[in-house]
Amino acid sequence: MEQGPIFSIQGAEFSYKGASSPAVKNVDLSVASGEWVALLGINGSGKSTLAKMMNALLIPTRGACFVMGMDTSDPELAAAIRQNVALVFQNPDDQIVASIVEEDVAFGPENLGLPSETIRARVDRALRLTGLSEMRRRGSYSLSGGQKQRLALAGALAMEPEALILDESTSMLDPEGRASFLNCLRELNARGITIVQITHRMEEVAHASRIVVARSGEVAWDGSPDFFWEEKCAGFGFDIPQELELLRSLRDGGFVPAGTKPAVHDLLEALCL
Amino acid sequence: MSIKAVNIKYIYNEGTPAAVTALDGISLEAERGEWVSVVGHTGSGKSTLAQHLNLLLTPSSGTVSIDGARVAPGSREARDARRKVGLVFQYPESQFFAETVREEIAFAPSNWGVGGAALDACVAEAASSAGLSPSMLGSNPFSLSGGERRRAAIASVLSMKPDYLVLDEPTAGLDASGVRGLTATFKDLCSKGMAVIHVTHDMEIAMSMSDRIAVLERGVLAVSGTPERVAEYLSERPVKGLVMPPSVRFAQGLREKGVRVPLASRVSGIIEALEEARSRRGR
Repeated sequence: MEQGPIFSIQGAEFSYKGASSPAVKNVDLSVASGEWVALLGINGSGKSTLAKMMNALLIPTRGACFVMGMDTSDPELAAAIRQNVALVFQNPDDQIVASIVEEDVAFGPENLGLPSETIRARVDRALRLTGLSEMRRRGSYSLSGGQKQRLALAGALAMEPEALILDESTSMLDPEGRASFLNCLRELNARGITIVQITHRMEEVAHASRIVVARSGEVAWDGSPDFFWEEKCAGFGFDIPQELELLRSLRDGGFVPAGTKPAVHDLLEALCL
Repeated sequence: MSIKAVNIKYIYNEGTPAAVTALDGISLEAERGEWVSVVGHTGSGKSTLAQHLNLLLTPSSGTVSIDGARVAPGSREARDARRKVGLVFQYPESQFFAETVREEIAFAPSNWGVGGAALDACVAEAASSAGLSPSMLGSNPFSLSGGERRRAAIASVLSMKPDYLVLDEPTAGLDASGVRGLTATFKDLCSKGMAVIHVTHDMEIAMSMSDRIAVLERGVLAVSGTPERVAEYLSERPVKGLVMPPSVRFAQGLREKGVRVPLASRVSGIIEALEEARSRRGR
């Protein structure tokens, strides 16, 4: 793999047809391979537009976006870009194509023309990682909202992408489903897969290695989570989560070391009495 | 002085094949000055219960009494009782109709024949209790921000001077600072002797604000009592759709590590328990 950035957005702007102002403007953003970026912002801040740009679904109307060095404005590269970057939407019904769970997961690799053993191995692995192995023969549309979201993720994983873009892809999960989804992401990230995650949940942000805040279509802030928690969280109008209040008090009391993440699980693990 | 619902059963579409039992033998009491939260999953019957407290719904069986007097539906007492119980719906601003915030707040008392200086005083007091600045009284309610609109809608219920305030998801759709502001307002009303009955699925607010919590599960009372009792119960027997706040989950983890701590502690209480545990182990 090359050492260059996996995503490189340069002076990008995007306007939807008929819109009076651009949804995204003046964006310069470079994401290195293996990063886990949390993309935050209120409704209408341009996060989802940015996510679609990174998958060549939207082409900047000004400036440029490169994925692993490939220019997204070149239609001949779109297929190669999407093989390497999988986008998982908020609503899984937007991307489930087959009526049986395992067939839906196999859809992407089949289109790549891979040998059937390879396809089977990829499907098995994707189902295992998302905890859907036992439901492989079920009808896709009989699944619950949370199970469908895991199915959408499994379909993306079967493509063995270099990067995953998640656009509020945990919104329908219950607390347990969300925890296992996050564990799955942690494992993938540990194996070097780049993750760009759009979310509103501070507990999910805790796992990111970098935080980018979008506001009015521009990047309003870009930096390390530690600094975000210390200085910026409230400044951007995000709620200070109770996890963060706990972290601060525990750290000030010397119960957890500096650098502990503000998630209940991590706080309990780091606790020293 | 309290509002008391005893053994309420309510069936939607009663006597038809589409009959659904929404409440099945629920009892709930709130004293003046108390904050009682009613929590539960979507469809658990919380909003149906709220509407019984203000006599909008008549129970299929069971009784509602206010200040010791049983209120029969349709009676003269029921009309008076409705003045004592203010109900704030979800998204109350969808019911605005007046051109100014002042008219909106004055609507109920002026219908009751309050006028002149007494009406002005009543509007000013309601606006200030709801945290609405006097400068907003002349505004069009639709020109206000989401949080301000909610306050205007609450002020128009407070102008009825209710003794019991029933709030159905009063902070839905508000941002973090809006939620904090309104919660403080309700706590303040409570300390002045109003009963607050708060229907919500926000366990963080319910745990930190309530004197008592009632947990509804499919129309049945799963558990009710102090936040501590409810936290103890739910940690043994989770109810679908209710997520315990981080402080409670952290306290549960501490107990597994042998630290004695109440589950419903605030963050400061957790730190105290940890300090005590550390000094005990240091000895």
